[in-house]
This record gives sequence, structure tokens and C-alpha cells, in this order.
Amino acid sequence: MSRRKLAFWLLAGGIAASLGVASATMSMSTRSDSIDAVLVAPRAFVYRMAGDFDQAGRPVDAPLVTIARTSPLRIMRRQVSAAEYDRCVVAAKCKSRSPLARSDQQLPVVQVSWEDATAYAKWLSAKTGERWRLPTDEEWVFAAGSRFHDDALSVAASSDPSIRWLARYEKESQRETLDRQLRPAGAFGSNEYGVLDLSGNVWEWTNSCFVRQSLDAASRPVGRPSANCGVRVVEGEHRTYLTDFIRDARGGGCAVGKPPSNLGFRLVREGDAFVAIASMFAAR
Amino acid sequence: MKLSIWIVLALCALTLASTPAQAEADLKLPRERVTLVAPPFVHPHEQATKSGPKIIEFTMTVVEKPMVIDEAGTKIFGTTFNGSIPGPLMVVHEGDYVELTLINPAINTLMHNIDFHASTGALGGGGLTQVNPGEQVTLRWKATRAGVFIYHCAPGGSMIPLHVVSGGMSGAVMVLPRDGLKDEAGRRLHYDRVYYIGENDFYVPRDAKGNFESFAEASDYFPKTLELMRKLVPTHVVFEGRVGALTGKDALRAKVGETVLIVHSQANRDSRPHLIGGHGDYVWETGKFHNPPLRDQETWFIRGGSAGAALYTFRQPGLYVYLSHNLIEAVELGASAHFKVDGQWNDDLMKQVGAPQPIPSATALQAKPK
Repeated sequence: MSRRKLAFWLLAGGIAASLGVASATMSMSTRSDSIDAVLVAPRAFVYRMAGDFDQAGRPVDAPLVTIARTSPLRIMRRQVSAAEYDRCVVAAKCKSRSPLARSDQQLPVVQVSWEDATAYAKWLSAKTGERWRLPTDEEWVFAAGSRFHDDALSVAASSDPSIRWLARYEKESQRETLDRQLRPAGAFGSNEYGVLDLSGNVWEWTNSCFVRQSLDAASRPVGRPSANCGVRVVEGEHRTYLTDFIRDARGGGCAVGKPPSNLGFRLVREGDAFVAIASMFAAR
Repeated sequence: MKLSIWIVLALCALTLASTPAQAEADLKLPRERVTLVAPPFVHPHEQATKSGPKIIEFTMTVVEKPMVIDEAGTKIFGTTFNGSIPGPLMVVHEGDYVELTLINPAINTLMHNIDFHASTGALGGGGLTQVNPGEQVTLRWKATRAGVFIYHCAPGGSMIPLHVVSGGMSGAVMVLPRDGLKDEAGRRLHYDRVYYIGENDFYVPRDAKGNFESFAEASDYFPKTLELMRKLVPTHVVFEGRVGALTGKDALRAKVGETVLIVHSQANRDSRPHLIGGHGDYVWETGKFHNPPLRDQETWFIRGGSAGAALYTFRQPGLYVYLSHNLIEAVELGASAHFKVDGQWNDDLMKQVGAPQPIPSATALQAKPK
């Protein structure tokens, strides 16, 4: 990246950040090479934690916490396309797509695992000199805004395991079944921040690990959470947890429960100022 | 000469010999008219009866129409009894007479008939029931054997698999002993609910891209489907005609303490029903009620071309999966149904003694491979 370009990005990032602080609802579109990203302005938001939670050994809904985010988040406007992913394959940095994924080049890449998405992020970062990675679940929910689906069951803790089980089944049964047919970017619409196709029929990998956490009667954590990073949080029309090498969620489920229709991803970019400074050091 | 030609000739001879359908009062027995309902439900009926033999009148209309068989909207050319796959379950008692009027509306394109495995003679009635579009026929047969039995269309030649298998044209009859179901010691068995599950294997051709093909004309669909069927590898194995027909909003229901009779038919291919989290308390694997039922079954077997029956009393609430325990067929091809069971959990039967938690460190170290 040239010095002039760097200076531009530093400036743009700074302006965007200050704009973001000034207006909680405003978002900005930025282009980094051909990467179309949205800058979601900082705000405080309510977050339903991801993972399995229990009170005295009885499963309960995950707690709600308020996160006050102070920095903007730069996130890809749309999901990574098959054509983009294939450039990483050509560069021999990503595994080839599944022969079962017959998507056209301009459609979202699907049948990709967390490992595939992570390899792509690494390649893209090396190529652009910017730090791209999968969002954490908190970041995904922050950028999804009104497109986040809360899967809480609002069922009290019980020693009868069938109650939550049937409640979850009831909730899943009421969901509309989305077909698996891939659609061009934008077909599922934009959210209030200009991010496209959230919670359409392509679910997205996040970087967050699956955690188990015990809670006290006031829903405060008791003891340390146990994290399993072989299983990652996947977001979309419903939240789910999948083993990191799974490419087709329909093959990763159990006897009941609806798996995601398709698995894809989009990336977020680490703070611009930090990246710019790091790049300047690298340039010397 | 090919077997199929012999079958056609036999059918023709029988048709010539038969007299035109007419409502004769040649049998002096009380009559009862029953309205059929679409599976998985079953029309109201007595389990044991004190009444003498009757003539039970049923009417079925053949409906030719496209049927969606999976979530992607894949369609088959449905040839159906009464518009459902499978056709409705007919319940009578041993010694009763089944009197079926089969209607083939003029809007249809194909000749149809019906072969009752429970009946005796004339290719199960197939030879006496051939109706062209715009015709109807009435057949009466005596229920001399107790059990659950398949019925299906059998028009002759390759049209048999095309109608029965690729078109879903089969159903079942349940002939109950007059004094009801009994266990191996002759003690009465009773059910609170009965569900009829018809299983079908479908063979849908794919286009050059690998997607399921949709056809405008049956004349294009039939040869390609037949070619695929001859390889014997189904693209779909489903209950009640489509993937997910008995799950989610359409899941079967029961309560703890209720006894459910599950009638399962497969007109073409073997299947192995299993109830995840439950059992078959009493199973008539071959479906014939004068044989003692098997007790406490884990997985049972439905021979292709037959129906079986399993009786189970639910003892625990929750979700149960009733599937073909060929798990590839159940999960990948569709042969799964769900039971939603309400009631009180019984800790004595099952309890999670310790919730999932990290393995204590000392144990974890021991468990590590060297």
C-alpha cells in the first residue's frame, strides 16, 4: 500500500470513527480495494449470550447483558462470494469448495467450514495488508441489529428435561422453512446499518467458542465458563453451534432440530488506526 | 412370453368375465357406510365388537396430481387413492365384508384398479376393478384374515411400479379380530390412539446439473423414472408421502400413559421401524393378529409388500423419533416422524445425575493418550 493511500485510510478511518461516535444510527460504507464494507457506529446494545447455561444443573436461557461498544465495527456488507473464495483456492491458501456446492460464482460461498473461513481471512489479510477475521458472536449481533433472532425459550428452570425440549421443538416448528436455493447478494435485504442478507438462508460462522456456564439464582455466572473451541457459534435465522470442520450443517446435526440451510461467512476488519500503523512499520 | 404379458392377459380375461358394477342386495347383512380420513389419522371404529358381520361401504376416488415430496419442492406425478400418499386406512372386523366403490374421474389420464392383499381371488380384486377415466366400479370381498394388509394399484406391466412406487398408489386395510387385539396369552390389548404411517421409496431423475428434474408430461417422466427405479437406489424414502410430513407442526401427538398403535406399511421395499427413546411393547411384525405379538422390541422389520403394527404405551414426556433405522434413509432420505409427548417426567426411569461439565483435571490427564 502506498503512503498516500495509507494517509487516506488513516483520515477516512478517523472521520468515520468520529462520525460514528457522533451519531448512533449512522453507518458508512468504505471500500478497501474491492472489499465492500460497512462501518457500524458504536452504540450500547443488549446481547443474549451464546452457549449453554444452567442453574443448579438445570438448563436455562442464556443471560441478557448490555454491551456498550465504544469503537465502530467494519464488517463486509455482503457475504463472501464463491468467486472471492475461489481466488484463495487458486492461490493455494484455501481448500477447494465441496463438489456438492454448485453455486454460481457471484452467489455467496457455501458449504465452507470455520477452518475454510479462517483460512480465507488469513489469505485476504496477507493479500491486502489489512487484518480481516471472522466476527465474534458479540460483533455479529452488534452488526445484525434488528436481524438478530433471539432463541430464548422463556421457560423456567425445571428438573423435567422434556419441558425445554418440547418448547424448543415448538419454537423450531413455527419457523418458516427456508429453501436452500442461493440468491444474489441483497436478495434478503439490508438491515438498518446497510449490512445485507443477515439471517437469510445462509448462516454465518463466528469466531466465538461454545461455552458452558453455571449461573446463580440471579443469573450471574458461578465459577469459570468452560469453553470448547472445536465448536463455534454460527449465526443466522437461528443461532447454533457447529464443529469447526463441518461444511454442511445438515450433516452435523442429530435426530431432531433444524440445521442451518447453508453455511457461509463474512469478515470484519480490525481497527483501521492499528492496521495503518502496523503497515507503516512493515513498509520501513 | 414375458410375465407382464401373462398378467395383462389374465387381467383381460377376468375383466371379460366380470359383470357390470351394480348395487345388489344379494347379501342380507346390515350395512355401514364409513367416510375415510387422510393418514396418519384413522376413521372412528370399534376395537372389539359385539355385533355380527356387516358390509362396510367405502368410497375412494383416484386423484392424479403432482405431489411435493421434499422441502425443496421436488414433485412426482402422484397417482393417489383419495388424494393422499399413502391412501387411507380402512378398518373392519374379521368376518365383515369390505365393499369399495372406486371412482376414476374423467379428468384423470390413466386406467387404475386395486389389489387388496387381505382379499382372496382375482389378483386381490385387481382383475375386477379396472376403471378407465370416467368410470367407477364396486367390489366386495370378505375379510377372512385378521391383520394389517397393503392395498395398491396393479394395472399391469411396468405400470405397476410406476403407479405403486413412483406414484405412491398404496394404502392399508386393518382387519381387527372381532374381540379385539390380544397379547401372547390371549389377554385383551387396547389402544388410545392409532396412527397409520405409509412409507414410500421414490426415484426422481436428476438433470445434467444434478438437480431433481421437473417434468411437464407424464410421458417424459415415466421412462426416466423407470430407468432409475431399475437401479433400486431411491432418491427419497419418506413417511406420508414427503420429507417432514410427520414432523414440526405435523408431529404426531400422545400423552404419557396413552397406548398408541402404529400401523406401518411399505408396498415395495423393506424397512426397520424404531422408536428413539421408546420401544415396541407388542409388535405384530408381519402384521397378522392371530400370531402372538413380539414383546419389548427395539427395532422391527416391515417386509416390502406388507404392513406391520406396533403397540406402545408412552411412559416419559418429550420428543420421540420414529424412523427407519437405516439411518441413512431416515436422516438423509427422509424416513423420520416425530412424536410429541406431554406428561410428567419420571426420574426413576431416567435422570441426568450430573450435568455436562469439564472432566476433572486429574481424570483428564489420565484419559490423555500417551
